Amino acid sequence: MKMFEVISEPLDINKYHQMTINEHQGAVCTFTGHVREWTKGTRTVHLEYEAYIPMAEKMLAQIGDEISERWPGVITSIGHRIGKLEISDIAVVIVTSSPHRTDSYRANEYAVERLKEIVPIWKKEIWEDGEEWIGDSRKYHSSVEEK
Amino acid sequence: MEIKVFASIKEKVGSDTIDLFVGDSISVGDLKNHIFVDYPELDGEVFQVAKNEAFVKDDELVTSSDTVALIPPVSGG
Repeated sequence: MKMFEVISEPLDINKYHQMTINEHQGAVCTFTGHVREWTKGTRTVHLEYEAYIPMAEKMLAQIGDEISERWPGVITSIGHRIGKLEISDIAVVIVTSSPHRTDSYRANEYAVERLKEIVPIWKKEIWEDGEEWIGDSRKYHSSVEEK
Repeated sequence: MEIKVFASIKEKVGSDTIDLFVGDSISVGDLKNHIFVDYPELDGEVFQVAKNEAFVKDDELVTSSDTVALIPPVSGG
C-alpha cells in the first residue's frame, strides 16, 4: 500500500485513514474532495483528470515531508483519482493524523492548498455545450520559489 | 530531445510527446524559446519545465538523458 498515490479506480477512504493511525495519534482529519455539478452557474456533466503520475506521487510525498517539518508528529496520506469522474465522485482523499487535533486540521488544509499548487494533475470540465482544461487560478507553481 | 506534454498542451500538439532538435545540453530558458519556435501553436501557453520529475528554473541545464516534461498550470483536488 502506498501512502501517496494516483490511481484510476474509486478511492477507498478507509485505506488512507488506516495508514495514518498508530498509538501516538489521537486525532485523524479526513478531507474528501468531490466532483461538483454547479460552478458559478455552469453545469458540469462530468470531469476528466489527467496526471503525470510518477511526478505527481513524488510531489504528494513532498507535501507529506513539508507537513512533517512544519507540524512534527503529523502523519499524512493522500490519494488522488484520475480518469473520468461523475458528479459527487471522490477526486481526492487527504488524511492527516496527529497526537492532538489542532495540528491535524492545520496540516490537512495545508495539504490541499499545496496540492493545488505543485502536483501535476489536471482537471478538464465537460459541460453540456463544451469542455475546457482548468488551470490554477492562484499563484503559479510556488514550489520553485524559495520557501 | 523528447519532451513529455500533458493536458492542454497535449491536446494542442495532438501527441503526448514533442521532439526538439537541440544539442546535448541546453538551458531550460533556451529550451522554452525553441519550443515556441518549433511549435507555434503553443504560443500563449503557460507552463513550467520538470526535469527528472522535479520543477526546475530557467537557468538549469537539461540533457538528452534527462526526463523532461512541460507542466501546464495544475488543477488537481
